[in-house]
Amino acid sequence: MATIFIILVAIALATSLFLLKDISQVLISSLREKADISVYFKEETREEEILDVKEEISKLPEIMEVKYISKNQALESFTERHREDPVLIESLEEVGENPFLAALNIKAWEASQYGVISRFLEHPSFENLIEKVDYYQRKPVIEKIFSLTSMANKAGIFLAAILVVVAVLVTFNTIRLAIYNSREEIKIQRLVGAGNWFIRGPFLVQGLISGFFAALICLLIFSITSWFISPKIEFFFPGFNLFSLFAKNLWILFLIQLISGILLGIISSALAIRKYLKV
Amino acid sequence: MIRFENITKIYPGRKGNPPIVALENVSFEVKEKEFVSIVGRSGAGKTTLLKLFLVEEKPTQGQIFFDGIDVHKIKPAKLPQLRRKIGAVFQDYKLLSQKTAYENIAYVMEAIGASDEEIARDAAAVLEIVGLTDRANNFLAELSGGERQRVAIARALIHRPQVILADEPTGNLDPYHALDIIRLLLKIQEMGTTVILATHNKEIINSLGKRVISLEKGRVIRDEEKGRFIL
Repeated sequence: MATIFIILVAIALATSLFLLKDISQVLISSLREKADISVYFKEETREEEILDVKEEISKLPEIMEVKYISKNQALESFTERHREDPVLIESLEEVGENPFLAALNIKAWEASQYGVISRFLEHPSFENLIEKVDYYQRKPVIEKIFSLTSMANKAGIFLAAILVVVAVLVTFNTIRLAIYNSREEIKIQRLVGAGNWFIRGPFLVQGLISGFFAALICLLIFSITSWFISPKIEFFFPGFNLFSLFAKNLWILFLIQLISGILLGIISSALAIRKYLKV
Repeated sequence: MIRFENITKIYPGRKGNPPIVALENVSFEVKEKEFVSIVGRSGAGKTTLLKLFLVEEKPTQGQIFFDGIDVHKIKPAKLPQLRRKIGAVFQDYKLLSQKTAYENIAYVMEAIGASDEEIARDAAAVLEIVGLTDRANNFLAELSGGERQRVAIARALIHRPQVILADEPTGNLDPYHALDIIRLLLKIQEMGTTVILATHNKEIINSLGKRVISLEKGRVIRDEEKGRFIL
């Protein structure tokens, strides 16, 4: 009984490690999507020329996405964003014409690639088209976001790995104690001529059953909790549904739990019993 | 069949105590189908001798041969095969306390891989021999000392071993049952099994008229056919 509970703790940790990895990936990618650079074109540049540049940039392997934002779109999104701010809207009306520049919004795969892209855009052939590249302004923010997310990722995995190791050790020790109680019995069995597998068998089966039930209980607990807390998490991170993530990976999760539970039970038993079979 | 050659067993002393010499240069041979009694005061080395034969412990020096094989050179994985040829009655019984009398006996047969019918048949027969048929389904805790001893004997007999090692098999029995057990051992020996009996029961030894090896302080001091209990 205690063994089932301890194995349950160990595989629950492994499961949360698995889920946490997915969760953090979702969060990190949503953060990374916020990092980009914008290229503003001169007033007199024609739309075809901008689209030509866009075409050319898209060919770079570093580019993940290039989005064209025309003068009108820029104005629209500005008024949309600052609808609640009459001062800004008024001052915009004061200007009379559309003060925004057409721009290309560029997203790269990696933070380090933004430098390469901005250098490409500084090429003399673009000089009379481009007003400015909004990279140096944002450089520190972009780099900070990337280093922060990759650090959070590493720290999370490291912490979870330590917890799993601790859980495995505790499981092993629990099983060892259980077998320690049977050491006299094991010795007697050896002395009356029972083979090692004959003695080991019941203990391994016991480990297997404990692992199986631990996996079953763990799955149940995770389904219920993710069902209940999923709406609350979705409230904080829109578009992220823990329960659907869980349901989507149900079989692979159960497989992981089952295998790790059973292996933990069997291997711990086998290692713990070894010592007493030496009579 | 069984040969002890210059067996010496020294237990290391603990915490500055001098080492204990349990056996010193013990040599003798037991022939097939022989009935040998090993006698001596407690602490003379009787139990140690039997433990060495069962490879429960290793000798400090010397060798023990069973059917020409040095038993201490057998690999741990092969030891069960040796032990299945031996039926041992331990001084402290070494029964499985969480099982019933029947299960304790049947267990040995299971370990050998006997079929369920064989086990049922032989276990019933052996329980009959030691007079415990009506106690078969009692747990060990529910049995008296003498009854446990008889369970231990039944367990040693059931798989028809070539040799029976009996370490004080009558130690906890009243004289009537003690005599029964000794008669039983004699019958087993007549049917072709080698019996090695360690005891300090004087009357029994003297009534047997069989070979007696006397141990004193770890040495063989007497080895006589039709011996008597003299110390």
